[in-house]
Amino acid sequence: MRKRKLGRNVAVVGAGMSNFGMFKEKDSKDLFAEAYGEMIASIDKGFDPNDIDALYVGNFTSDIFINQAHWGPIISDLIGVTPRPATRTEGACASSALAFREGVLAIASGFYDMVLVGGVEEMSKCTTEEVTEGLSLASVPYEQRVGFTFPAVFGAIATAYFAKYGATREDLMNVTIKSHKNAPLNPKAQFGITIQNLMDAKIDKAKRMGNPIPQWENEKDFLRDPRINPSVAWPMHLFDCCPISDGAACLLLVAEDLAYNFTNDPIHVIGMGQGSGRGLHAADSLTSFEATRRAAQEAYSMAGLTPDDIQFAEVHDCFSMAEILHLEDLGFYAPGHGYKAVGEGLTALDGPKPINTSGGLKCKGHPVGATGASQMVEVWTQLRNRAGKRQIPNKDLRIGAAHNLGGTGGTSTFTIFERR
Amino acid sequence: MQTKPFSDIVFNQYLEQEKLMGCRCTQCGALFAPPRPICIKCYQSELEWVELKGQGELAAFSCISIGPGFMIQEGYNRKNPYCVGVINLEEGVRVDARIEGVNPSHPEDITVGTPMQVKFLHKPFGTGKRTYLAFQPLE
Repeated sequence: MRKRKLGRNVAVVGAGMSNFGMFKEKDSKDLFAEAYGEMIASIDKGFDPNDIDALYVGNFTSDIFINQAHWGPIISDLIGVTPRPATRTEGACASSALAFREGVLAIASGFYDMVLVGGVEEMSKCTTEEVTEGLSLASVPYEQRVGFTFPAVFGAIATAYFAKYGATREDLMNVTIKSHKNAPLNPKAQFGITIQNLMDAKIDKAKRMGNPIPQWENEKDFLRDPRINPSVAWPMHLFDCCPISDGAACLLLVAEDLAYNFTNDPIHVIGMGQGSGRGLHAADSLTSFEATRRAAQEAYSMAGLTPDDIQFAEVHDCFSMAEILHLEDLGFYAPGHGYKAVGEGLTALDGPKPINTSGGLKCKGHPVGATGASQMVEVWTQLRNRAGKRQIPNKDLRIGAAHNLGGTGGTSTFTIFERR
Repeated sequence: MQTKPFSDIVFNQYLEQEKLMGCRCTQCGALFAPPRPICIKCYQSELEWVELKGQGELAAFSCISIGPGFMIQEGYNRKNPYCVGVINLEEGVRVDARIEGVNPSHPEDITVGTPMQVKFLHKPFGTGKRTYLAFQPLE
């Protein structure tokens, strides 16, 4: 593959996200305004919104979930930059990573100097069944036709992975437990509670109500209980799956040579990759995503880095199985070793390669069109040493990355950031 | 007679006739199922229909408790899950299919690698009907 480079370099000078969760009293515009407000506050030396040359907004499901498409101009009006060009990007759950990529390429080309990129999604006003059916729009036609859902695709991948490498459901639980451990440290997270605390709360409630006291020995025992953790698409159970979420996130990109006008601490985009993939029936492997391998290869090659150089990453854990697969496809661990690495704590907040310090999609939440941008917001926050209680305890944090997946492996992006 | 287009529509029409069909590139011999209008190995479009034996093994599966509307209409739900899977066919291609002849309430008893044979499921769909590609354990 040809080593790619940008025509001119791009830096992130501001980033923000809304709280993630289920908000009956907030709509997409409210959520984006929240993210945008936080982003403005994060720009150290301030900025003039009139300098925004263009806007790219990721969104996946609004057409069907809330009967609204065409988000570009709605958001440009919301933040008062009409008639600047405003474009919606769609790549399923990778929609806002595509917005980011388009923004970077537009600045790199020399066409624009400052671009606002982000994403928004509003899902909680639908039932679980409606969301499940809506999201399956992003699977391939053959999967949809025979009744595959999103969780089922990752469930099927898990059965193939288990058969190939000997992993079990118990191994997947380590991903869930880790995400739930990080999330309480993130005030934006939808589920800011550890599995242990959730378990203790259920036991306390049973005591208060005079009900039989559940006899769970530990967190995994709790997750084994089908009343607590029912099957959704076996072997994917409720706690293997990301929730239904509302939220928005955005970042301000500028040409690198302008970055110091806005902050003395810009975060530089040093590697960027995107790949496409096929459905299960045509994929080259049932235990690996071609799109992710491609995205990683492109980004590493551009940055001149190897997987070992990535100090921490946000990785697309729409399902517990997905996180393990991506850890391998991104080259962090060898095929068949991702589940062992998680089990050994290598990806914990205080481990050698922290993964999903935000709590991941599982606990931070997964408003699909906002997820890619929100992952980058987390990387930006960590690199700038502003992550508060979940700050990675590495005094020399310099390189972080974000991996975002759309569909059942159809779209994948990998972006590497550097603090200098 | 003109060859039928190598489309999903025709693939599904063949399923209604209880035929599992793929297409083969007449230039490089690559086999595809479901069919493709363009050979993705040698990039030309001279293809021919071939009937597949409908035998293979279970490569991956999932038992689904929360399905799309059309499966809910068939009576599937949290108490009555259904099974879908991926089949590696003897001819070396892979298809997605519904899995019959297993107990989706006991997924731990379903095994990757199980030999499977095709079954054509004719079901009501909306106001009409639809034939699903399904596989069941080889008898």
